[in-house]
Amino acid sequence: MKPAPFEYHAPSSAGEAVGLLANLGDAAKVIAGGQSLVPVLAMRLAVFDHLIDIRRINALRGIAERDGRVWIGAGTTEAEIGRSELIAARVPLLARATPLIGHFQIRNRGTIGGSLAHADAAAEYPAVALALDATIEALSPRGRRTIPATGFFTGIWSTALEPDEVLTGVTFPARGHRSGFAIEEFSRRAGDFAVAGAAVAVELGPGGRISRCGIGLFGLGTTPLRSVSAETLAVGVSAQTLAAGTAAQSPEFAREIGQAAVADLESVPSDRHGPAAYRKRVGAALVARAVTQAIEEARNG
Amino acid sequence: MADVGLEITVNGQARRATVEPRLTLADFLRERLQLTGTHLGCEHGVCGACTVLLDGEAVRSCLVFAVQADGAEITTVEAIAGSDGTLSPVQEAFREHHGLQCGFCTPGFIISVTAFLRDNPDPTDEQIRDALSGNLCRCTGYQGILQAVRSAATAAAAAAGAVNQEAR
Repeated sequence: MKPAPFEYHAPSSAGEAVGLLANLGDAAKVIAGGQSLVPVLAMRLAVFDHLIDIRRINALRGIAERDGRVWIGAGTTEAEIGRSELIAARVPLLARATPLIGHFQIRNRGTIGGSLAHADAAAEYPAVALALDATIEALSPRGRRTIPATGFFTGIWSTALEPDEVLTGVTFPARGHRSGFAIEEFSRRAGDFAVAGAAVAVELGPGGRISRCGIGLFGLGTTPLRSVSAETLAVGVSAQTLAAGTAAQSPEFAREIGQAAVADLESVPSDRHGPAAYRKRVGAALVARAVTQAIEEARNG
Repeated sequence: MADVGLEITVNGQARRATVEPRLTLADFLRERLQLTGTHLGCEHGVCGACTVLLDGEAVRSCLVFAVQADGAEITTVEAIAGSDGTLSPVQEAFREHHGLQCGFCTPGFIISVTAFLRDNPDPTDEQIRDALSGNLCRCTGYQGILQAVRSAATAAAAAAGAVNQEAR
């Protein structure tokens, strides 16, 4: 269980890191906390001749609110996000997702940029980024660009990042008035990857009707997924009609949203933790629960 | 593949070394510094036996390359007891409550629990269970470990109370 040899680079600026990536091409990989990458290297599921460590690049760390949006540097650890009062107040869905990631020892090293770039289909942060319409920032020798989360996760452990791009940060909209959030996941043991999970964000508009609904699914496909059909079903509905349920017993309409969220899924994993049909049932129940909780929070503030 | 120089403080002692980049912090501690109290179980981040403190935070040393710890302060299980061999409150509680059987996983548990109780001095049983979830014990001695953590937290609270009393 030893990684293959590699050359180690620890640049002090993002520009330098991008220059290295441009020169080294596919032979190079960016490493941040390494909590996903090092196991992959240890088991030699992947081999890279060069690792580019971003730990010295201070510009890639930090949490800041700007113009109603919250920016988080790619190298910010999950533990730092979990401790942030700004995140708890302004991006509560991210705060609530954080304790579900691995174990506290993992969160002390793992970073948000690493989680998004690794793009594991069963990870929490990618689903949160989808539910909240986050924006991902990337830097390459051609300059900066932003990528909406909805277009970021392109395949199994694959993203829209070009080989010479470094993920530098991610921006989330700060919570609005009359908004509510919930994340629900089921895993066999605490800290394991989810068998299924759902991250939900809702906003209420005039007349208490749902004006925006974001549903991110994890553990239910080959990528993190956004359930557009279920979101469409929710938008326009009066929150009043949904208020009858509790977290344990979702109201009828929330269950319909849950069913809609899993109805069209085509690549649900099937493994020793459960066949696809089981995961879909679990997923539908979790979406219904999360939708119910999020609406409850939006109504009651 | 060029070797890389690093400077690192381990258990209060400054160390310099030149290492292969692929050398994990765990292997650096065990093989280069002969600090074999840090154990390696799975070597891919699942079991927690290799947990050490890196700048005060509990991390899996099998998931950190030694070169990534350049400039850091590391504390291993060897530095948890007093220099005269007096066990730390966490170690004492593990002994008292039979929080170990074969002992292989114990260094990882001791480090994780030491960091956890420092940050959460008055945990609920649920919080303790969650904090222990990142360390595996193959002897399945979890009940003893849980009792040890509860006891160490209670002892620390009592000691803090006694100090407050004296201060008055």
